[in-house]
Parts: sequence; C-alpha cells; structure tokens
Amino acid sequence: MSVPLTLLGLLEREPSHGYDLKRDYDTFFGRGKPLSFGQVYATLSRLARDGKVVISDVEPGEGPDRKRYVITDAGATEVDAWLTEPVEPEPHLQTVLFAKVVLSLMLGRSAEDYLDLQRNAHLRRMQALTDIKRAGNLVDAMLADHGLFHLEADLHWIETTVARLDALTKEVRDA
Amino acid sequence: MLEARDVKLAFGQTPALRGATLAVAEGEIVAVMGPSGSGKSTLLHCLAGILVPDEGEIMFDGTRVDQLDETRRSTLRRDRFGFVFQFGQLVPELTAEDNVALPLLLGGARRAAAVAEARPWFAKLGLDGLEQRRSGELSGGEAQRVALARALVAKPRVLFADEPTGSLDSLTGEQVMDLMVDSARAQGTTVVLVTHEARVAAYADRQVIVRDGRVHALAAARGAS
Ligand SMILES: Nc1ncnc2c1ncn2[C@@H]1O[C@H](COP(=O)(O)OP(=O)(O)OP(=O)(O)O)[C@@H](O)[C@H]1O
Ligand SMILES: [Mg+2]
Repeated sequence: MSVPLTLLGLLEREPSHGYDLKRDYDTFFGRGKPLSFGQVYATLSRLARDGKVVISDVEPGEGPDRKRYVITDAGATEVDAWLTEPVEPEPHLQTVLFAKVVLSLMLGRSAEDYLDLQRNAHLRRMQALTDIKRAGNLVDAMLADHGLFHLEADLHWIETTVARLDALTKEVRDA
Repeated sequence: MLEARDVKLAFGQTPALRGATLAVAEGEIVAVMGPSGSGKSTLLHCLAGILVPDEGEIMFDGTRVDQLDETRRSTLRRDRFGFVFQFGQLVPELTAEDNVALPLLLGGARRAAAVAEARPWFAKLGLDGLEQRRSGELSGGEAQRVALARALVAKPRVLFADEPTGSLDSLTGEQVMDLMVDSARAQGTTVVLVTHEARVAAYADRQVIVRDGRVHALAAARGAS
C-alpha cells in the first residue's frame, strides 16, 4: 500500500486536515495498521516539498492540525496516473511455496508432507477470513474476499503440484 | 452421531472407497474435499444410506444404516435427512412453494399445513414473490435456494450437500452458503458438504480430504488451531 499516493488520492476529494486524512486512511486502508500522526505529517511535508500539495490557510493557534492541505495539479496528475496503471502481477507467495517444494525434493525430504501442512495452514486462514467476512461490514468482507481468492489460487497450485510430485521429483533429481 | 467405519465400495472393478473412515458430531458442519473421482460423492451416498458399502459400517444414532433394508433406508432418508445437489433437482411441474412443501407432504402432512410451513422459508432465503414460479422460471441461484429450503423444511438431522454451489458464480454461491450455514445452525442440523472449492469448504467447522477412496483428516477443528 502506497501511503503517499493514498493520502494524495484522499486529498483529491477535498482539501483536508492531517487528522481527517489519518481517520479516513485508517478506516478504509489501515485495517489494523493505522498510520501514526508522525507518518501522516512527515508524508504530507514530503508531498509539499515535491510540489504535490500546498498548505492553504493556517488557522490561528499551535500544532500541525491547524494546516489544511490542498492537492496541486502535479499531485492530481500523479493520482490519475497511479489509478489508471495496473499493478504488477506478482505471485510472490507462490515462489516461496515453490522453493520449499523443490528444495524438499532436492534434499530427499517429503514435499507432500510439507504441502499437506501448507494446505492445512491455508484452510485455517480461509476459515478465519470467512468468519470475518460473515461477521463484518462490506469493507471487511471485500478485504477478506481478496485474501480468500488469493489463498484459493495457492491451494489450486498446491493440488496441482501434489498431482505432479512424481514427475517433479524425477526432474529435480536428474538435474 | 454419523459415522463411516472403514468403508469399502467398488463399482464393478473400480474401487471407489478403499477404507474410508469419517465421524461427524451432532450439529457439526464438515466439508469433504478432494480431487475429482476420489470418492467424495460415493462417501456421501454411503453416509446417507443411498448406497450400501461392500465392507465396513455406517452408523447413524447408534443404528447400522448399512444393515437396514432398502425400505427402512428410504424411510430414514425421508424422515431424518435432507439433500441438496449441484443441480437443484426441483420437480419441474410443481411451483417453488409446492417443491418446498413436498418433503412435508411425503411425510404425511396435510397440504394446507405443509404449505403454511413452507412459506416462511421464502422470506428467510430472500425468495419473496417467487412462490408460484416453476423451476424453469428461476435463476440457478434462486433454484438452489429453493432446493435448500426443501432440504431443510422438514428439520432433518443431517443435511447432505453435494457441490451445492457447483453451478453458481462465486457471489451467488456465497449467498447459498451463508443461508445454508445460518439455517443449519439455527435448527441444529448437522451438515456433510461435498465441495472441491476451498472457499466453500471454508464455511465448514472442519475439512477433510478424500484421496484415492480414503479420508485424510488433516485440519484441526475451528478454534482448536
Ligand atoms: N455409478 C457408478 N458406476 C461406476 N463407477 C462409478 C459410479 N459412481 C462413481 N463411480 C466411480 O467411482 C469413483 C469415485 O467417484 P465419485 O463420484 O465418488 O467421485 P467424486 O470425488 O465425487 O468426484 P467429482 O469431484 O468428480 O464429483 C470414480 O472412479 C468414478 O468413476
Ligand atoms: Mg462427486
């Protein structure tokens, strides 16, 4: 999750105080990992330095919350570019699974035992996410779904790999 | 409460179950997963008294189901079990309402009483207004919810569901699963759910995997981690 771009995106709705940005970020994007005020203001001052936001009115009084931040044209262009660009598809978890399977076979260990444990762990997690989904609001449900579909994809890969273990064992040992 | 003990069954020369063992507790929701052709449906049919194993035992509430004759097993299925399959298998000539009422009618209820008991299921499963439709006039998801109502209306002890979401898209399938789990829990119905979809199996308390006609109980119970 890119914090600077997300804050910029939130600012494109309307000029906001750091406090409001933090609250909206935590509600929709933080999910158990809230931003600290320090992070918010450090990010905003970097965005200001780079000309992506400007500080509009500073209300009388002390403290950072007096400042209202406004997105600039450069900032808006950056948000637009980000939102129209697909994310690099990166199946990184699968590469770890793959490495463990191949190494197990190279070391003469049971890859099937490992895959059984992994399947089990995946199913446990999917159960927990399903509970969250059934108990939570729509935002929780959508995030849980994203996790569920990804875990499901891993499980498909696990099942296919189990079915191919004999062939893979031969290939790895002959290498 | 429901148990398969070392069950073996072959179709001619094809062994489908080679010593399958599974115990299901009262009120439990168990998902049976596994590759195609591994014996999931055959195991479900044995547990439900549809098929009789060549060897091994099927126990339900202390009764040897595999030793009952076909008439007794048929009565057991009608009185104690509910069924949902991949394709709803509604009776096409009947309205949705009559389909739901059917198990009660077969159980000897009067028509008015059966319909009165069937009707609340339509609101419960989000099917308001569809009571008079025939199965050809229902979407796949609607038909599946009607089938679910029909399976549960007689308050069975066990619901057997074989790929109940197999012909539905993922969102519709989830609605069916939500309703199935909520309704089963509300009336204490035990569920044996066959599915090859992990997202569907994740609704269960416990998952087992059938491979080559045997049951692998890999996963610990929900909450037991
Ligand atoms: N009526 C039948 N006659 C002959 N063979 C059968 C019959 N039913 C099942 N089989 C065979 O028994 C084995 C197990 O079948 P079963 O239907 O239980 O598998 P399954 O796990 O439910 O598969 P799927 O996920 O494809 O539904 C398969 O080899 C299948 O071909
Ligand atoms: Mg089957």
